[in-house]
Amino acid sequence: MSIDSVFVHKMWNDHELSKMVKGGVPFAMLSDAGGKVGSVFGVYDEDAGVETRGRFIIDPDGVIQGYEVLTPPVGRNVSESLRQIQAFQVVRKSKGTEATPSGWKPGKMTLKPGPDLVGKVWEVWKTNMAFD
Amino acid sequence: MAKEIKAGCARPTGGPVGEKKKKAPVKEESMIEEVRSMIKVGQKAPDFSAPAYHKGKFISVQLSDYLGKWVVLCFYPGDFTFV
Repeated sequence: MSIDSVFVHKMWNDHELSKMVKGGVPFAMLSDAGGKVGSVFGVYDEDAGVETRGRFIIDPDGVIQGYEVLTPPVGRNVSESLRQIQAFQVVRKSKGTEATPSGWKPGKMTLKPGPDLVGKVWEVWKTNMAFD
Repeated sequence: MAKEIKAGCARPTGGPVGEKKKKAPVKEESMIEEVRSMIKVGQKAPDFSAPAYHKGKFISVQLSDYLGKWVVLCFYPGDFTFV
């Protein structure tokens, strides 16, 4: 979503993005003229008249599980966004009984918070597991 | 004389030149603050609808139509802004 019109979105997709991604952008490119939606999400920069790089993860209940906002010159990390979605999905599937420690990714161990785990995380989880 | 603009990763914009406009009434500002503070993790995303371009068609998208699915909503400064 940006403040550009859907016509500009079409031009960008057809003339540039479709040359990077076969078949063009697979998802909807939304238009937010005037930054009204961006304002509600807190990412519209009124002085510059544009949105900042905000990314929101919204779960099937419509609840915001996470967000990240960057200034214009730095791009996002898609792998990290996917990792976060996978982690939120694991937690949701476990109905909140499992938690994903720092650096978790699919295949790594989750934690089951409870009275028995208090003060015992050091026994089952090592700091090197926070890294790839 | 018109000056050449350097292309950066923010969409080039302009605005009124000269004395700064008087600040908006305080009331309005506090309202904006209120809206901003509405965004919190663990809370419902504000619903909206917006026009969109999707695979050759112009469509209207409403966030609440995607209940039951995981949604990633991305904002960016503008088309053709490089990164």
